Amino acid sequence: MNIFVLLKQTFDTEEKIVIQDGEISEDGVKFIINPYDEYAVEEALRLKELHGGQVTVVSVGPQRSAEALRTALAMGADEAVLISDERIPSDEYSLSVVLAAYLHKVSADVVLGGNFSVDQGSGQVAVRLARLLNLPHVSSVTKLEIADGKAKVLRDAEGDAETIEVALPALFTAQQGLNEPRYPSLPGIMKAKKKPFHQLGLSELGLSDAEIAPRTERISLSLPPQRQAGQILQGELKEQAAQLVSLLRSDAKAI
Amino acid sequence: MSKHYVVIAEVRSGQLRQVCLEAIEAARLTAEEGDRISALLLGHNLSEPASQLSRYVSGQVHVLDHPDLEHYLAETYCSAIIPVLESLEPCAIVLGHTAMGRDLAPMLAAHFQAGQISDVTAIHRNGSELLFTRPVYAGKAFEQKRFINGPHIITVRPNNIPPAAEAGSPGEIIQHAYTAPVNLRTIIKDVITKASGRVDLAEAQIVVSGGRGVKSAEGFKPLEQLAEVLGGAVGASRGACDAGYCDYALQIGQTGKVVTPQIYIACGISGAIQHLAGMSHSGIIIAINKDPEAPIFRIADYGIVGDLFEVVPLITEEFRKALA
Repeated sequence: MNIFVLLKQTFDTEEKIVIQDGEISEDGVKFIINPYDEYAVEEALRLKELHGGQVTVVSVGPQRSAEALRTALAMGADEAVLISDERIPSDEYSLSVVLAAYLHKVSADVVLGGNFSVDQGSGQVAVRLARLLNLPHVSSVTKLEIADGKAKVLRDAEGDAETIEVALPALFTAQQGLNEPRYPSLPGIMKAKKKPFHQLGLSELGLSDAEIAPRTERISLSLPPQRQAGQILQGELKEQAAQLVSLLRSDAKAI
Repeated sequence: MSKHYVVIAEVRSGQLRQVCLEAIEAARLTAEEGDRISALLLGHNLSEPASQLSRYVSGQVHVLDHPDLEHYLAETYCSAIIPVLESLEPCAIVLGHTAMGRDLAPMLAAHFQAGQISDVTAIHRNGSELLFTRPVYAGKAFEQKRFINGPHIITVRPNNIPPAAEAGSPGEIIQHAYTAPVNLRTIIKDVITKASGRVDLAEAQIVVSGGRGVKSAEGFKPLEQLAEVLGGAVGASRGACDAGYCDYALQIGQTGKVVTPQIYIACGISGAIQHLAGMSHSGIIIAINKDPEAPIFRIADYGIVGDLFEVVPLITEEFRKALA
C-alpha cells in the first residue's frame, strides 16, 4: 500500500503568541508536528504494519519543517518530501495546488492528513487537495479499517458518529481519538538519518507563479484583549451559589 | 451590477440551525445596496425550514429535498450543489463553520478555484475593502484577511455574527431535482446521533465544561444536570478526555473545539494555555475549582473556590429556582 501523509510543522501548543513588527514572532519558539498530522503519521504506520507498503511524509513549508519530517521518519515513515520555495504563498488555494502537483505524479492508495492545523486552523488544504486529485475523502476520522480495497471509517460530526465506507484510493483527515502516536525510538532516530529525504521547489513541480497566485492575504494581526481576573465569591458555598445566580441576573443580565 | 450571494443553509434534527441566520447576516455585511442574497438548503423533509429561511433572504430559497441527502455526505452534497451554484453564479458563498461547512466549503473552493476564509468572527468594511477577522492559534491571536480576486467563500463561526433580521417580503422557494452522482465512491452505513436532543457545543449559548477535577465519567453527571437546567451543552478539557472521562468530541482547546458561548462554566479545570485558547472569548467565564491558585481564576469573571461536587449541585438548584 502506498501511503502519503500531509504534514505541517506548527508552534508547540504551549507557546504564547508574541507579535513583533506585525508578524508572529518565532524567536525561541518550540516547533512540533501539527498534533492532528501526528495522528495521521501514526495511522499510516499502523496501516503499513498491517498491510505492508510504504509511508511517505510530505510537507510544504520553510526549511525548518525538515525537522518535523525527520521526526516522522524516526517514528517509522520511509521517505520524506519537503516542498520549500519562498515563492509559495501561505494561502490555502496555493498550498493545495502545490500539493496536488506533487501527488499527481505519484500513485497513492491512501492520503492522510490532519483535521486542521493548530496554527492557521482553517482546515482547508487536505479537503481541497482531495477535490483537486478527484479522490473521495472522509474528514475528521476517529477509526480507519482497510480491507478489500475499501476503507471503513468512523467519522466524528459534531459528536455524531458516522460509519462511512469508501473505495480506495481515498483521502482521510485524522481527528483526535484515532490513535495514540508513538514516540520516535533511538534506533528509529539513527535509521531516519539514512532514509530518503527529497527537497523540491516550484520548478521541480513544473508550477508557475501564476498557477499558485494566492486568493486571499493577511492584512493585519492582533492579540485578543487581555481578560482581567474578576471576582472570587466569598462566604458559605450555598451563599456563593445564590450570589452567582443573582450576579448573572443583575450585573451581567445573562440569564 | 447587482451581485448574488448564496448562503448554504443547514438543518439539524429537522431544525434550521441558528448559524444559518448568522451566515445570512454575514452575507448582508459583505453585500452592497441592491445585491441579492439567496439561500440553498439541502436535506430531507425541508418544507418547514425552507419557509423559515424565505423570511430572511432578499433572493430565493433553492431547495434540494431528497432522502439521499438526509445526512451530509461530501460526494452527494457536492454533486447536488455544484450545478445549482453554477446556474446562480454567486460572487460569494457563505456557510456556517460547522461539521458540514468545514467539509463542504473547501471542496467548493477547490472546484471554483476560489479563495476561502474560514471561521470568520467579524466583518469590517474599510471603504470598498472588506476585511474578515478570524482566529489563529485557536484564538491566541486574530488575523484580518481580505480576498484578492475570484469568487469568495467564507465560513462563519457560530455565535459571533448577530443573526439576520427578517427581510421585507418572503423570498421565492424553488425546488431543484436531485440526481445521484454516477460514480459514487462513498456510502454512509450508519449514523449514531449521540448529540440528539442536546444542544450543539459550537452553537450553545451556555457551556458547562469539566476537567480532570470531575475524576470519572460518572463525575460528568452533575455537569450534565446543570447544562440541562440551563439549556446548555457540556464540554471538556483535554485532561478529562485523555483520562477517558468523556469523548474527544467534547474537547475544547487548541486541539479540539473553540467555543464562544455567552456563559462558560469551567468545573475542575485548572486552565492550561491550550484550554484557555479555546474558551477565553466566551462572554462570561465562571470558574469552579478547589485550588485558589488555578490559572483559570485569572481570566474568570466569577470564581468559586470549592469542590465542584458540592458547588455544581448547589448552583444547579439556584438556577432551577431562578428559572422556574
